[in-house]
Amino acid sequence: MQAKAVRAAVRATLPVLAGYLFLGLAYGVLMSEAGFPFWYPLLISSVVYAGSMQYAAVSVLAAPFDPLGTFLLTVMINARHLFYGVSMLREYRGAGKIAPYLIFSLTDETFSVNVAADIPDGVEPRVFYFWTSLLDQFYWVAASAAGGLLGSVLTVDTTGIDFVMTALFVSIAAGQWLAGSEHRPALVGFTASAVCLALFGPDNFIIPAMIVIVLALLALRGPIEAKEVRGA
Amino acid sequence: MTTAQTLLTIAVIAAGTMLTRFAPFLLLRGRELPGWAAYLAKTLPSAVMALLVVYCFKGVDFTSAPFGLCELTACAAVAGLYVWKRNTLVSIAGGTALYLVLIRLV
Repeated sequence: MQAKAVRAAVRATLPVLAGYLFLGLAYGVLMSEAGFPFWYPLLISSVVYAGSMQYAAVSVLAAPFDPLGTFLLTVMINARHLFYGVSMLREYRGAGKIAPYLIFSLTDETFSVNVAADIPDGVEPRVFYFWTSLLDQFYWVAASAAGGLLGSVLTVDTTGIDFVMTALFVSIAAGQWLAGSEHRPALVGFTASAVCLALFGPDNFIIPAMIVIVLALLALRGPIEAKEVRGA
Repeated sequence: MTTAQTLLTIAVIAAGTMLTRFAPFLLLRGRELPGWAAYLAKTLPSAVMALLVVYCFKGVDFTSAPFGLCELTACAAVAGLYVWKRNTLVSIAGGTALYLVLIRLV
């Protein structure tokens, strides 16, 4: 049963492997160019494990010491993780002893893989979640350490490979759209995010978008739950 | 920064990140999920996936050529391939390959 779970997890995380390999390598190279030996990206990818924050942290680590500012910046950049926790509440709360690791390793990509998982018969969900989470982190840590070691030796033109992450999210969104008949949450998410991006700009739109999404979803609770009861 | 300050900064970043990941589980520790939380747990996944897609577009400049057309075309290809083949890997590989070609041509 473990072997079956591992096989399913390897297959489910292949897109993440491709994305993390390039983004992790690029992160390690960036750190090495900023003057940090390879064990810094290794350590940070192990204990922080949050891609976009780690990229932002390259300049934070080069700036003067500012623990409070750093903490606030981290919470703002990572606020979207709150939504992943709420989405996985039931599944992860029932995971027992491994729940803390599952929660610790809930990145954008691991969330996407697990929330949309088509878990094979006979595989316990929590075992599947554990392997996807562990594999994803292994890809990320290994790639960042390798990037730190290789440094600027890497000169291959990989521009655009990070699109693999966008593609992962788009294909999962398409799968969610086709899987159900209730499309209002997806439309709310898209509209609120696009409008907030246009209004607040790329650096400040996530938190307003999250607030609008929650308020709009709560406002739609009556009609959405009524539709569900009708079995539509 | 000294080495100690660098390590402390890394610890602060780790703590801030973990706060955002653990908060929902710590705040809703009770046995039964309140109705609004169960409702959000069901509706947020598709809303947040749309947010993530938009998030990937945050660096794209729609006001000057090529107006994000490479990204939009490749995303349409990913979605189209998914609807056609119902296979995540095929749609990601196809869309990314198309994107790599497009950005080198345009």
